[in-house]
Amino acid sequence: MIELKGLHKSYITGNNKLHVLKGLDLTIEQGELVSIMGSSGSGKSTLLNVLGILDSYDKGHYKLNNTLMSNLTEKKAAHYRNNMIGFVFQSFNLISFKNAMENVALPLYYQGVSRKKRNKIALEYLDRMGLKNWADHMPNELSGGQKQRVAIARSMISKPKVILADEPTGALDSTTSLEVMDLFREINKEGITIIIVTHEKDISERTNRIIYLKDGIIESEFISPRKISETVGTYRN
Amino acid sequence: MFDKEKWQEIFSSLKNNKMRTTLTVFGVFWGIFMLIIMLGLGMGFKNMIQEGFGDFATNSLLIWPQQTTKAYKGFPRNRRYMFTNEDVQIIKEKFPEIEFIAPKLRAFGSEGANNATRGTKTGAFSVEGTFPEYNLIDPSKITSGRFVNNVDIKEYKKVAVIGKHVKDVLFDKDENPIGEYIKINGIYFKVVGVLTKGASNISLGSDKDRSIVIPLTTFQKVYNRGNEVGFCAVTAVKEANIALVQQKINTFLRSRHSIAPDDEQAVGGFNLAKEFKKIFKMITGIGILIWIVGTATLLAGVIGVSNIMLVVVKERTKEIGIQRALGATPFKIMNNIITEAIFLTASSGYMGIVLGVGVIELIKMIANSTGSDNPFFTHAGVNLNVALMALFILVIFGVFAGFIPAKRAISIKPIDALRDE
Repeated sequence: MIELKGLHKSYITGNNKLHVLKGLDLTIEQGELVSIMGSSGSGKSTLLNVLGILDSYDKGHYKLNNTLMSNLTEKKAAHYRNNMIGFVFQSFNLISFKNAMENVALPLYYQGVSRKKRNKIALEYLDRMGLKNWADHMPNELSGGQKQRVAIARSMISKPKVILADEPTGALDSTTSLEVMDLFREINKEGITIIIVTHEKDISERTNRIIYLKDGIIESEFISPRKISETVGTYRN
Repeated sequence: MFDKEKWQEIFSSLKNNKMRTTLTVFGVFWGIFMLIIMLGLGMGFKNMIQEGFGDFATNSLLIWPQQTTKAYKGFPRNRRYMFTNEDVQIIKEKFPEIEFIAPKLRAFGSEGANNATRGTKTGAFSVEGTFPEYNLIDPSKITSGRFVNNVDIKEYKKVAVIGKHVKDVLFDKDENPIGEYIKINGIYFKVVGVLTKGASNISLGSDKDRSIVIPLTTFQKVYNRGNEVGFCAVTAVKEANIALVQQKINTFLRSRHSIAPDDEQAVGGFNLAKEFKKIFKMITGIGILIWIVGTATLLAGVIGVSNIMLVVVKERTKEIGIQRALGATPFKIMNNIITEAIFLTASSGYMGIVLGVGVIELIKMIANSTGSDNPFFTHAGVNLNVALMALFILVIFGVFAGFIPAKRAISIKPIDALRDE
């Protein structure tokens, strides 16, 4: 599903060259729920940006759904982002002048779906998030947890192959954080690959696979305790 | 174009910055408003000039004898001479380019003394002898009766066509002057017509309303002028080059009157076609100037819009980043920003056009209701084509105003836009 081989990425600022990703290898299969952890500067955000085709890479290769993502025109990149990837951000990034429903419907707008149809679909997704009654509310009338649920609905509406979440719980209190994580797990059960960047241990423990980044390479990788207990539980039954 | 998402975005940014939006569009509004006002009054000016020309033959030429400036063939310099009937006759036959030639002689009441009387009524007027053709070159309006005709010329008839004012002075209000007799310098003339100033505001010498026109041949006899002729009005046929005709006539007259061939001063001349051309050139020049000044003012307004669009792009960097992460193509982003710029310039420009046309119409209305006969105001106006042209220019300018900010917007990488907190 996602295949990274020898991925290098550096940022050049003035005379300084900052080598962020140093030959990263990573494979993520369809339907996985992965968290990427690491201290700040470890390259986890950069990795997410490369995965989200928001940023280019210098060396190595990145295949998404068996398509090589390199030298893309902006138009092509926009197309892939729209069709294959859903984004969830720490600061929600809802458009302030659109109500919840219109925000959710936005990716379909870029696909050229008619207004009536996309709003209907958006409403269905909001319903799944338990926000149907909030459809007409503007983002500034919603709580943090509600905003993030709207953002998640927006990331799902184009039926992407993978959802990339950058610190999705960073701006939420712990109860709401756990609710959001439960939501991700639920979505994951439908077969959508989810990759979450976080630095919170209890968040990462709610995913199935934890990848630790350090200095631009994968330092270590675990199956999460929860996954183990789930698997063991399955055997017991 | 009629895409709700796009307009929602445009209006939200305009609404959030009402003051800024208002100030920005005012530049464009004022630019087009001034352009329209200037064009409207420019049109009034043009109409005023054109109406002033009226039906005066535009390809015409006036010539008259002056003093020679060079000694030639035994004649001293500063010699006075006159054209003659024969000159006129020969010129008419010799040059096929000439449509009409009308000689004229003029006499005033000497030193302001009254020269025309009828019973106890008397007045001082300009008396002119001329040919019927004269009324084709510099037309007067014949309000009753007729102008001098060829029979009058041939038979030295003592008939007179009197100006409107002459009639008012010499006749009672409800009196019909046609067929009546008036005394000019002691000789009785029969009034055959009354004339007034024609459509043209051009006045050659005397006020037509205050003159008495008699046949040239009669004039020559009455005033004892032999076969002398004062000045000649000449019109050329449409295709002819009037400047060339003037040169030919001058050369001919110089040789006939023993004037040095290089004595340009001896024959006075006024090429109306040339003067008309000059004035039309001036009108065109003023028109061009209006467009330059107007468009420059407009441009200043449009640059303001472009500037503010750059600020808008900067403010919306993050939004643009989100949109691009969600799959908006660069084209879509550019399209939005250019549409916004066009919307700003076109809508404010449209208001400027409407208000400008409104003000021009108001000026016209006021001028008409106060009975002003100054065509500068009464015939001011903006035609639809010009207004549409202005609107078209605005849209083009709008595209330019949006282009640089739009380019800036898509040059921002989505990743940088999202990081911009």
